[in-house]
Amino acid sequence: MTEVLPFLSQHIVEIFRFLGQHIEAVYILALSILLGIEVISNVPAVLHTPLMSGANAIHGVVIIGAIIVMGHAEPDNYLALILGFLAVVMGTLNVVGGFVVTDRMLEMFKKKK
Amino acid sequence: MEFQENLLHLLYFLASVSFIFGLKMLSNPKTARNGNLIAAAGMTLAIIGTLFLYHSPEGKPIGNLPWIFTGIIIGTIIGTLMAKRVKMTSMPQMVSFFNGMGGACAALISVNEFGKYTQSNYAETLFNSEVLMILLGIMIGSVSFAGSMIAYGKLEGKIKDYVLPRQQLFNTVLLLIILGLGAFIMSQTEGNLGLLYVVMFLSLVYGVLFVLPIGGADMPVVISLLNSFTGLAAAFGGFLYGNKAMLTGGILVGSAGTILTILMCNAMNRSLLNVLVGAFGGQSGAAGAAHAGELGVAKEVSLNDCAILCNYAQRVMVVPGYGLAVAQAQHITHEFESVLEARGVEVKYAIHPVAGRMPGHMNVLLAEADVAYDKLLEMEEANPLFKNTDVVLVIGANDVVNPAAKDDPTSPIYGMPILDVDESKTVVVLKRGMSAGYAGIENRLFFNDNTRMLFGDAKSSIEKLVRELKNL
Repeated sequence: MTEVLPFLSQHIVEIFRFLGQHIEAVYILALSILLGIEVISNVPAVLHTPLMSGANAIHGVVIIGAIIVMGHAEPDNYLALILGFLAVVMGTLNVVGGFVVTDRMLEMFKKKK
Repeated sequence: MEFQENLLHLLYFLASVSFIFGLKMLSNPKTARNGNLIAAAGMTLAIIGTLFLYHSPEGKPIGNLPWIFTGIIIGTIIGTLMAKRVKMTSMPQMVSFFNGMGGACAALISVNEFGKYTQSNYAETLFNSEVLMILLGIMIGSVSFAGSMIAYGKLEGKIKDYVLPRQQLFNTVLLLIILGLGAFIMSQTEGNLGLLYVVMFLSLVYGVLFVLPIGGADMPVVISLLNSFTGLAAAFGGFLYGNKAMLTGGILVGSAGTILTILMCNAMNRSLLNVLVGAFGGQSGAAGAAHAGELGVAKEVSLNDCAILCNYAQRVMVVPGYGLAVAQAQHITHEFESVLEARGVEVKYAIHPVAGRMPGHMNVLLAEADVAYDKLLEMEEANPLFKNTDVVLVIGANDVVNPAAKDDPTSPIYGMPILDVDESKTVVVLKRGMSAGYAGIENRLFFNDNTRMLFGDAKSSIEKLVRELKNL
């Protein structure tokens, strides 16, 4: 017991330090979760598919990470270059394909007559 | 350079706001299309800003630009072509494919980022938040990629449902091994790249096994879930780089995607767990078959009789299902509707929330065929109208009109809200044969006194119906 307690408190201190250092991210996390729930809650079933597709395109924002990785890969580090290049291509597919498919779905919701 | 940095912050902020507004607008039919465009514009700003304004903490700008541009151009061309060419019936698998790409992208970023931890530092273990984010990014990204590809294959009809013996136990053990290896990597003082690849490989296997046993009809729920997974993986990346646009975009999709998944499950009156464990089908099929003989004989109707029924009706209600999508019968159905409307028959469509293979699937398909938006009734609007409907045409739908959902507690679909088509004067069911629907259960509706069967492929049946109608 006497050994476990300092060990635990050490970790609790670590966790608090982590939270303190990243408090901004923690705020963003909490608010984004609430926003996400709020934004979706009243959607009619008709729009489930386009909404899912639109959300799918939005997480394509991961491409920014791919650009950063690729942009800072050493020019002689071929493995990093190849992986980064693949990541950029796939990320772009996610973004472009996602938005175009969503637009095609929604194009059809125009009111006729 | 400080100016560039602040400008980039502003662009990321605009992107985050555009994602929020975009999602909000996407949840209303009137504003949906603009919402999508706004989110796309925000995304473009964020990407261009990153390309030209981003500097690493050491102050280095983005290098390798020719490579990056080549990648973006290739991705744009392929993505646009795929998205433009895909048939409306194949939309769900397309979304799944693009989702998988995002997951793979997140996993690859993490693999690359791990590179800087491969040199031994002999001082501290890798137990820090950055390595944690890298590991989570790899695990979730890989699961999302592999799962999405399986979902894609299933909806394309290339991969069959497959359940391993003791699958749930096996999956759980596999998951524990993956997490254990992750913890082991973090407890070392030197990053072990080989072990990281093992984690990635096992995560891919887990993604495959996670989706493989789940039935094709439940794929939309799975795709939506994997969608929120990829959102999370993107958010981990955002954490890694302290990038607010990635963080907000990823989390937003993560939470919205989770809620959407639950909404889809609710529409089928099932829990997410029930979908994931795959309790549908299987055992219920045998039970249903045993009842089949007791239900009596289904009565057929001739094309001519059916045409006459519709021609002299006041209101005809069409209930579309997956069969209509498979047969590509949406255009001919619209023609059928126009012919009847020209003769003063009121025609409406009753759309069950989970008709087809994806919520909203039928609306998209019928809209493609120029069916007016106000002719499409949701279940709550349609149900009170069936009492005063002369003919209901059930085209390739089955489980969503099965009365067992209302009065047979032993039925696997018991409790799912259905379209009350049996309250109308006559129900005509267009179907290929007497086989059961996706849930694998018999449908008592087919044996009702006021139900008539019209066997055959939906498209050719309706084509013939239209011809008969024109001859009347």
